[in-house]
Amino acid sequence: MIKHLLSAGDLNREDAVRILDTAEELLGVASRPIKKLPTLRGRTVVNLFFEDSTRTRISFEAAAKRLSADVINFSAKGSSVSKGESLKDTALTLQAMGADAVVVRHHNSGAPHRLAHAKWTKGAVINAGDGTHEHPTQALLDAFTMRRHLGDLEGKNITIVGDVLHSRVARSNVLLLDTLGANVTIVAPPTLLPVGVEKWPVETSYDLDTSIEKADAIMMLRVQSERMKASFFPSAREYSRRYGLDTARMNRLPDHAIVMHPGPMNRGMEITADVADDARSVIVEQVTNGVAVRMAVLYLLLGGAAQDETFDPIEETE
Amino acid sequence: MTSYVIRQAKVLGVKVADIAVEDGVITAIGKDLTVDGATEVEAKGLVALPGLVDLHTHVREPGREDAETVLSGSKAAARGGFTCVHAMANTDPVADTAGVVEQVWRLGREGGYCDVQPVGAVTIGLGGEQLAELGAMADSAATVRVFSDDGKCVSDAVIMRRALEYVKAFDGVIAQHAQEPRLTEGAQMNEGPLSGELGLTGWPAVAEEAIVARDVLLAEHVGSRLHVCHLSTRGSVEIVRWAKSRGINVTAEVTPHHLLLTDDLVRSYDPIYKVNPPLRSDDDVQAVREGLADGTIDIVATDHAPHPMEDKECEWSAAAFGMLGLETALSVVQQTMVDTGLLTWAQVADKMSVKPAEIGRVHNQGRPLEVGEPANLVLVDPGVTRLIDARNTASLSRNNPYAGLTLPGEVVATFLRGRPTVSDRALVEAVTV
Repeated sequence: MIKHLLSAGDLNREDAVRILDTAEELLGVASRPIKKLPTLRGRTVVNLFFEDSTRTRISFEAAAKRLSADVINFSAKGSSVSKGESLKDTALTLQAMGADAVVVRHHNSGAPHRLAHAKWTKGAVINAGDGTHEHPTQALLDAFTMRRHLGDLEGKNITIVGDVLHSRVARSNVLLLDTLGANVTIVAPPTLLPVGVEKWPVETSYDLDTSIEKADAIMMLRVQSERMKASFFPSAREYSRRYGLDTARMNRLPDHAIVMHPGPMNRGMEITADVADDARSVIVEQVTNGVAVRMAVLYLLLGGAAQDETFDPIEETE
Repeated sequence: MTSYVIRQAKVLGVKVADIAVEDGVITAIGKDLTVDGATEVEAKGLVALPGLVDLHTHVREPGREDAETVLSGSKAAARGGFTCVHAMANTDPVADTAGVVEQVWRLGREGGYCDVQPVGAVTIGLGGEQLAELGAMADSAATVRVFSDDGKCVSDAVIMRRALEYVKAFDGVIAQHAQEPRLTEGAQMNEGPLSGELGLTGWPAVAEEAIVARDVLLAEHVGSRLHVCHLSTRGSVEIVRWAKSRGINVTAEVTPHHLLLTDDLVRSYDPIYKVNPPLRSDDDVQAVREGLADGTIDIVATDHAPHPMEDKECEWSAAAFGMLGLETALSVVQQTMVDTGLLTWAQVADKMSVKPAEIGRVHNQGRPLEVGEPANLVLVDPGVTRLIDARNTASLSRNNPYAGLTLPGEVVATFLRGRPTVSDRALVEAVTV
């Protein structure tokens, strides 16, 4: 297993499947009356959040606590970071406190990479979303959710729609889904596709309507309305008409297809309220699965597996 | 003043000869020279070049003396074989008045390690809106001839036109930092497949090329002299080549780092590789090498840009743009241009000494190695390699992108008007003017 999780591209197929299989076992913990395993007792997990993200932070916090790790939450607001402390000094401080894993969310692409490779901290670094780069645990929970509904993802058609240019979720999903053998189509206005996308392992389309019928899963990305001011598209309404998922488009999906969104949603922008709340939507389930997947990542990265390849996190407690 | 006889140097890499230096002047070149009381300098196997001239150096004085002073920058220059550097205007305060340029010029003189020729800002405070007093800087003791808002582009077409026109009165040149500002808002690295993958905002080649194209046309229209700073893309090379074929009075420079390094280094997210314009693709590197070899690009200029450690030991987007270059420039040029057969040492002398002095109108630098000329020269040992260590520097900064690489060539001695500033591969401490 890898030491850090910085990019979904760090995972080979074996690692990825191992995380998903482990998460499958751990998912059961959430439905028990006592939702706790002693696996990471005595270990310290730091949630280092330079960017507000309540959802991701509490998901990691719940995951670490269910494995009995000690959790330290460090958010940039109100901390020494807001007084100008550097990433390096923050990392050295956390290292001095004995962090075994640092879960980092940062507004700058590559910040977790710097933490992991500049030797400022010895612990495992888990990227919880960096700038417009990657969000690997989101991709893992998305793949986990898809796998539960669609089975093995080999050969499945996944359509990702929206602001790929600025989306860390899209980047991680493309890498992981490619590793897992899925066929990915990304759909966006040309302004919201990055230069060089033709080298990605995906098909691209500017037209949502021609990309719907074959989809086994469709993932709508959040589109910030500020993008409109920078002329990435003329207006929110035009975006919504051309690239939003409404009931008419949803009804053209195959019967088994699922609708996904990494959240937080802009209802009425990239997805209508009716679609978001429809039975095909697995958006709330994605959140639930997030905790199990993050438990699996923490468990596998923090050496539960490294010490003993046959170690089973569930069995040990029973 | 001490006299020197430099024994058996390979002059411009061609002909082995002794060089006699007396009272700051080359007094003889030939076989088995004898000069009474002269200090002998053994130079067998060394290449003698005229002292290098850099058209693009950032010393951080006034304002950021923690990163570089005129003195520390001069020392780094001497170690790199330079006898003259042009100090860019983006200091704090900006070098946009006669007072600031005279201060920088005087500090260079007092240091004595190399001539420091200040570059004047084109616009007040590099603001791009109102011309600075270019004439006052030209008439000052610093005799400024090169004007640049480097770090920022003179993006307003009318201001650029007026600046080009105005400096004709005193044979000045506008050195343009070609960067269309709107196309590069928040830009972090070369725009290409890797910027998309890394999620870093792209700095597209077209943002440079659009300005280069506009400016050569403006220079043609008003009949003035344009210099393009740190040209970095294949498209820019092609535009300058076309402009020269039309007889437009344009010159261009390339940095050592754009001759050697490529954008795939950014994959490390280590801001030591963060520079503006950014490291480009391998194809661009090939294009600037070809352009330098065929004369489309006139000179190599370092864009030596010192930054304190804390501005590089951070996440990529928070880091400062720029890298050191004075102490490694000649080695990088040897590796990329000489050892590859693209340039001879005589051509290196042309592109790193003669031409930059000509563009900057510095009349006592970049002179040929001939009897009667000022004794500004450098002795290079092309036969050695050295492991680059960021701590081994005269600069106050350590943002050296070549650290850990092994590069060919080493400066053995540098003479500024007959006085050694570097001797036996080491800086001469306490140079007296």
